[in-house]
Amino acid sequence: MPKDGIGASTVRREDVRFLTGKGRYTADINLRHQTYAVFCRSDIAHGRINSIDTAAAMAMPGVLAIMTGADFAAMGGNPAGWHIPSRDGSAMREPKRPVLAHGKVRHVGDAYAIVVAETLEQARDAAAAVNADITELEAIVDMAAAVANPGHRVHDEIDGNLAFDWGWIEDNRAAVDAAFAAAPHVTTLELTNNRLAPNAMETRASIGDYDPGTGDYKLYTTSQNPHLSRLLIAAFVMGIPENKLTVVAPDVGGGFGSKIYHYGEEAAVLAASKALERPVKWVADRSEAFLSDAHGRDHVTKIQLALDKQGNFLALRTETLANVGAYLSNFSTATPTFLHGTLMAGPYRTPLVYVNVKAVFTNTAPVDAYRGAGRPEATYSIERVIDKAAHELGLDPLAIRRQNFIQPDQYPYTTPVGLVYDTGNYNATLDKMIELADIAGFEKRAAASKAKGKLRGIGYSTWIEACGIAPSNLVGVLGARVGLYDAATVRVNATGNISVMTGAHSHGQGHETVFPQIVADMLGVPASSVDIVHGDTSKIPFGMGSYGSRSLAVCGTAITKAVDKIIAKGKKIAAHMLEAAEGDIEFKDGKFSVAGTDKAKAFGEIAFSAYVPHNYPLETLEPGLEETAFYDPANFTYPAGAYACEVEVDPDTGKVTVESFTCADDFGNVINPLIVQGQVHGGVAQGIGQALLENVAYDAQGQLLSGSYMDYTMPRADDLPFYTVDHSCNTPCTHNPLGVKGCGEAGAIGSPPAVINAVVNALQRGGHKAVTHIEMPATPARVWAAMNA
Amino acid sequence: MHNFDFVKPATVADAARALSADGAQALSGGQTLLPTMKARLAQPSVIVSLTGISEIKGVCAVDGGVSVGAATPHAVVAAEVGKYYPALAKLAGGIGDPAVRSRGTLGGSLANNDPAACYPSAVLASAAVVHTNKRKIAADDYFQGMFSTALEEGEIITSVTFAIPEKAAYVKFDQPASRFALTGVFVAKHKGGVRVAVTGASNNGVFRWTEAEAALSASFAASAVESLTVSAEDMISDLHGSAAYRANLVKVLTKRAVTAAH
Ligand SMILES: Cc1cc2nc3c(=O)[nH]c(=O)nc-3n(C[C@H](O)[C@H](O)[C@H](O)COP(=O)(O)OP(=O)(O)OC[C@H]3O[C@@H](n4cnc5c(N)ncnc54)[C@H](O)[C@@H]3O)c2cc1C
Repeated sequence: MPKDGIGASTVRREDVRFLTGKGRYTADINLRHQTYAVFCRSDIAHGRINSIDTAAAMAMPGVLAIMTGADFAAMGGNPAGWHIPSRDGSAMREPKRPVLAHGKVRHVGDAYAIVVAETLEQARDAAAAVNADITELEAIVDMAAAVANPGHRVHDEIDGNLAFDWGWIEDNRAAVDAAFAAAPHVTTLELTNNRLAPNAMETRASIGDYDPGTGDYKLYTTSQNPHLSRLLIAAFVMGIPENKLTVVAPDVGGGFGSKIYHYGEEAAVLAASKALERPVKWVADRSEAFLSDAHGRDHVTKIQLALDKQGNFLALRTETLANVGAYLSNFSTATPTFLHGTLMAGPYRTPLVYVNVKAVFTNTAPVDAYRGAGRPEATYSIERVIDKAAHELGLDPLAIRRQNFIQPDQYPYTTPVGLVYDTGNYNATLDKMIELADIAGFEKRAAASKAKGKLRGIGYSTWIEACGIAPSNLVGVLGARVGLYDAATVRVNATGNISVMTGAHSHGQGHETVFPQIVADMLGVPASSVDIVHGDTSKIPFGMGSYGSRSLAVCGTAITKAVDKIIAKGKKIAAHMLEAAEGDIEFKDGKFSVAGTDKAKAFGEIAFSAYVPHNYPLETLEPGLEETAFYDPANFTYPAGAYACEVEVDPDTGKVTVESFTCADDFGNVINPLIVQGQVHGGVAQGIGQALLENVAYDAQGQLLSGSYMDYTMPRADDLPFYTVDHSCNTPCTHNPLGVKGCGEAGAIGSPPAVINAVVNALQRGGHKAVTHIEMPATPARVWAAMNA
Repeated sequence: MHNFDFVKPATVADAARALSADGAQALSGGQTLLPTMKARLAQPSVIVSLTGISEIKGVCAVDGGVSVGAATPHAVVAAEVGKYYPALAKLAGGIGDPAVRSRGTLGGSLANNDPAACYPSAVLASAAVVHTNKRKIAADDYFQGMFSTALEEGEIITSVTFAIPEKAAYVKFDQPASRFALTGVFVAKHKGGVRVAVTGASNNGVFRWTEAEAALSASFAASAVESLTVSAEDMISDLHGSAAYRANLVKVLTKRAVTAAH
């Protein structure tokens, strides 16, 4: 076995180029005769466009083209990827999302014109000279008000501002309500899941490059899924044949979901490039990113848990207003529904669950999937209400969780919200967390904090999530308009080294390191002889990209299937060369051998023979050694874990410091422990960021208050503790050959409730008994206000 | 950023002449001005760099105090002022990040008079004197509300002389995102009495908390301010803290500064 195969903590090979400035991001690409685009963006939240006068701007030096919403009116809209019908059976309200705003602007930052010039500064100057006459309308910002005031409409054709009113599972509603009516105890909690800005280190950027010779379009763009972007742009928005559009996503500097979606700027630079017959480049600045990248979360939820006096969960129900912003972004309808409602059982045996989600249009930036996507919102609600219930019933927060866990002998376990968990062992990760976090020593640490004048608290979260999205037939029934398989091509070159073309696209995950480990392990070759090719639709098979912690579970599995085919073909070639029956050929440690003999051919010899087929069964077997596999998963994967967070609160200022954070996770089999640790670290950093620091705030007029790093608090190293991370309690996934689950989103899903539970615990222990909840982010001012209410 | 001319004079006199041109603006460390220009919120036609003028750079002891040149970066103050005035050096070392401290200067900070900036509190609490190319301005006369100072058009700060108190400390509570002062309090115990200057908190910019000064002048102990209340009226209320929260911080940080003063 190669030393750098499955299970090796190989250092990420791509980091060398990223960390030495040799990565090649979209902004690094410059094409001959390139022009520069700047977008005119609305500075008001809601307004009717009366006219846009571009004459003065057009006359300015270097200006080549200005296009407005009217120029794109004939094009299609950027669609929502999932159709979510309402409880009453009515169809989802899907207003057209145009390339550029037309008729109305609907959020601050809504782009209504593209200005293209010879230089960036010229484009900027001209953009400032575009004269838009816009009548300001009342901004619809608050979700409750948006729903309550029928006269005010984000989209003129949608009264009530709802995309849908979804019930899950509607047929269970009466039974759930009956259980609540009869329940000995009901705990109610109202909470907000704060809106977040994704803040990928690399801002969005796109270059449109139309070739007038061939009529082909090429788009370089910051995408997590180049094929999906191509499909959306070609088939839905621009109406050009898919085979006339190539989408290239080179190195991508983080996405966290925000680069899944197709954005209007991409179609605009392509159209402008066609008009000018020159490349058109646009790179967002950070201010544009805050205004126009799809945000995450933004739910307002009422959750109720019904229990008996012993703390057994009897039923759970929620009512959620989910902000979708001004337009439906591609995953925005799936995120608050099938990535959220289906998770509401958590790792618990709660027999009855009902979830209601109303998706609300507002005059704010679109909201879509962001690291965890729906599952952090679900987990936060569940894990917070459980803590509140434990507090009300005087039960230990860990004991109440444990007594309600699904037990190891209950798998496969069908939840009341439509998922079938294949495997798990929540007691194991909980026990591991208790040991690693030294829960037994907490009181001693609390006493030490007290001696310093600080309040110490501890909080937990025992979370589960559904990832590795997703079984296409299942999501099709649920309303998905695409399949969610993935694909890989394994090309063994004549000299024995290997190129793997993947549908998954790394934007920080480390695919270039991990995927070769799998291939190396299976083929018995060094990982260094395997390279990954991704991000270019002209080179890779049609895959769905990276999000939803799916790369390894779905695309990784496609790779194993393709390698299986390589091995099967290799056996045929070996049988011929070794003059043996195919059934007698064994493949092990990189060698094809005849069972029970010392006759063998190395993998490299077989590869060479496939391409130099002098001694080869050409009558029955094609030459070459290249195989493609598509893989559609049979189920989601269900990573789970137990987290503990300890905080100190300064009673004078309300400042919270995270003193320790412990994660015991079950990710199934682990291919590269170092990368898994890194993913958990990053996810928890984002979770602590959400819980204590980050917040997208709009004022009542829809102006963005947190539009720069002066006001949007990104977590920094000194905001975060050293983490204790463990993933030794494995229950391998039962339905993929690697036995893997996803780990990319886990940290961001499991951590926010642990932090807030710890803060509330600290305050209660500190004598602030009336504090039963504190909203995220628990800023010093908020915590102080809670203590001084 | 719009186009501009750039001059880098070697003397204050030349700088003053250059600044008399229409649309001319002084540039020191650029940590405030350059981002504003990049955002196209400022568009000076002539930039007059002050960083080539050696007479307004550096730190030296003067009678009863320490003088800091206006174009001295925060990092230099942090490194060199400690032997004269540790509390001031510590304040400078807590501004922004290493990049900001290597470029940003005392003069730029004072000319800008951001309501959340750190230096104004030190200048006010130290009863420092702001020297310009035209005159000397007492700290009490210099600060005139948020982003507003006694400086006239084209006037150049050349240095600031700080009287060195017997004991002093600056305690800053970071605004979580920007890490400017959400509120910062500089307490200085002088021979003639205690001065307490508060930044970050008030809609009127840096101010002296005179009740605390009186109480601390009588008894320099944290307990001396315990019975005082800070009015939330006129305090800043924003995303990061209400007026009441800032009023609370004023008192908490004053006590901490008294305890830390040495
Ligand atoms: C990321 C970041 C974090 C920061 N954090 C803090 C912080 O925690 N605390 C804090 O106090 N500050 C902070 N600052 C501000 C910084 O410390 C600088 O002091 C401040 O930006 C201005 O100084 P400057 O030398 O950069 O001035 P410039 O940007 O060059 O100039 C600012 C203004 O002052 C004028 N000016 C400059 N010098 C003179 C002079 N000698 N005479 C007359 N007018 C002059 C200029 O014309 C301009 O109008 C931060 C800045 C950044 C970018």
